[in-house]
Amino acid sequence: MTFRTMTAAAALAMLVPAFATADPDAKLVVNGEIEMVTETEAPEHLEGLRTIRSGWTFRTEETQALQMDDFDNPAMIFVDQARDVWNTVEGDAGESCASCHGEPESLRGLRAELPKWNEEKGEVYTAEMYINDCRTERMGAEPWGWDSQPMKNMTALISSVSRGMTVDVAIDGPVREAWERGKEIYYTRYGQLELACANCHEDNYDNYIRADHLSQGHINGFPTYRLKQANLVSKHNRFRGCIRDTRGVPYAIGSEDFVALELYVASRGNGLSVEGPAVRN
Amino acid sequence: MKRTGTMLAGALIAMSAAAQAETVVDPQEVVFGEYGEVTEPLTSTPGDPARGEEIMVTKSAGNCISCHMVSALDYAPFHGEVGPPLDGVADRWGEAELRGILVDAKKTYQGTIMPSYYKTTGYVRPGVAFTSKPAEEPLPPLLSAQDIEDVVAFLSTLHWED
Ligand code: HEC
Ligand code: HEC
Repeated sequence: MTFRTMTAAAALAMLVPAFATADPDAKLVVNGEIEMVTETEAPEHLEGLRTIRSGWTFRTEETQALQMDDFDNPAMIFVDQARDVWNTVEGDAGESCASCHGEPESLRGLRAELPKWNEEKGEVYTAEMYINDCRTERMGAEPWGWDSQPMKNMTALISSVSRGMTVDVAIDGPVREAWERGKEIYYTRYGQLELACANCHEDNYDNYIRADHLSQGHINGFPTYRLKQANLVSKHNRFRGCIRDTRGVPYAIGSEDFVALELYVASRGNGLSVEGPAVRN
Repeated sequence: MKRTGTMLAGALIAMSAAAQAETVVDPQEVVFGEYGEVTEPLTSTPGDPARGEEIMVTKSAGNCISCHMVSALDYAPFHGEVGPPLDGVADRWGEAELRGILVDAKKTYQGTIMPSYYKTTGYVRPGVAFTSKPAEEPLPPLLSAQDIEDVVAFLSTLHWED
C-alpha cells in the first residue's frame, strides 16, 4: 500500500514539471531597489490562513522574472500611456490630472489604503471611483468605464507609485458593513459547481486545479498584466471570471457587491506589499 | 425471408433496449443510504467503462482529472491535486458508494469541494454553464443518469492489483 501510494506520488511528480514553480524562497526585488514582502503572517481578522503569500510566489520563474524589472514588465507600456493622459487637458474645465495633483508620485500611499471610506460621499471608494469623480466633477470630462483601457491604465499608474508600500486597508468604522458583506460573498458557494472563493484560494492554494496553480487570490498585484490576454486585468474582471467559472452568475463590474468584495479581499492581503501592476500567465 | 427475420429480431432488441433505457431515476428521487451511498442504479442499462473513462477526461463533461490524479488516464494532460488520487478507488469503495459520491458527494463528505453531478436544485446564483447568464432551476444535472453509471463502471475497474 505504501509502495503504491509512492507510485501515485511519483506519477504526479512527473506531471508537474511542465509547469514547475519557482524556488519558494525567491525574493522579489523590482528594479534592484523596491523590496517586496511576498510572504508574511496573516492579519488577525483572517482565521483561515496562517501565512499570506503574494500571487507572485505561485508563478513560474519566467513569469516572475518579468515583474522584476520595469523594462521587462509589459504592463509598463500602459503605465507610460497613463502618464501622458495624466498631463493632458480634457473636459470643459480645462484641467488635467496634473493641474491639481502635480506629479503622479504625489499619490504615493493611496493604493495601499484602497478601497476606503469616502466621508463626503458616504460610501466605500475604490481607485476607479475617485478617478471618475475627478473627471466628472473637477475636469468636466466624461467618466471612464470601470473596465475600460484608460481606466485600467490610470489605476496601474496610481498603483505603480505605491509599489513596495505595505497594504493597510481599514476594516473597522464606517466600512465595517461593506467589509462584512464582502466576507459573506467570499465564503458563499456560487453556481452549479458550488464553489466559494475560499474553496479555491483558502482551502486549496498551492494545489493544481487542472493546469492552474492556485494562489491565495490576493489583489495586491492589481491591475495585473495577463500574458494570455496581452493586457491589464482589473480586480473586478478577475472576480467576474472566477464566479463565472463556478457556473454561476457574477455580480456586475463596479457593483456595490464587488466593491464590498474588493474591500474584503484587499484586507486579507494586509501586510503584503503593493505590487501592481504585476505580471501573470 | 431469413433476412427480414433477422432484421425484425434486431428491431425487437433495439426496441426492448430503448424500453429499458427509459427506466431512469429522476434526480429528485434518488434514495441515499445512511453514509451517502446509492444502491439502486440510476438506469437499467449497465454502465460502459470505456464511455465512463471518456467522460472523466473530457473538460466539457466530468472533467474529473481537473481535481483528481488517475494513473490509468495519464495520457490526458494536467491532472489536478484538489481531490485524492483515484488509483485503487475500487478497493476502497463499492459501486453503491461510488454512485453516491458522484450523484452528490456532499452526502458522503460533508462540505466537500467536489461538485454534485446529479443534483438540479438548491444553488446560489446558478448560471447557464459558463455563460454568466442566469439559469432557472431545476437545472440540467452536470452528468446524465447514464453518464454516472458509465463513470461508476470505469471507477470500479481501478484496482491496485492488475
Ligand atoms: C474554481 C476555483 C476558483 C474559485 C471558486 C475562485 N477562483 Fe480566483 N482564481 C482561480 C484560478 C485558477 C486563478 C489563477 C491562478 C491564481 O492566481 O490563483 C485565480 C486567480 C484569482 C485572482 C488573481 C490572483 C493574482 O495574484 O493574480 C484573484 C484576485 C482571485 N482569483 C480572486 C477570487 C475571488 C474573490 C473569488 C470568489 C469570488 C475567486 N477567486 C474564486 C480559481 C478560482
Ligand atoms: C473541484 C474538485 C473535484 C472535482 C471536479 C471532482 N472531485 Fe472527486 N473528490 C474531490 C475531493 C476534494 C474529494 C475528497 C472528499 C473530501 O474529503 O472532501 C473527492 C473524492 C472523490 C472520490 C472518493 C475518493 C477516495 O479515494 O475515497 C471519488 C471516487 C471521486 N471523488 C470521483 C470523482 C469523479 C469520478 C469526478 C468527476 C465526474 C470527480 N470526482 C470530480 C474533489 C473533486
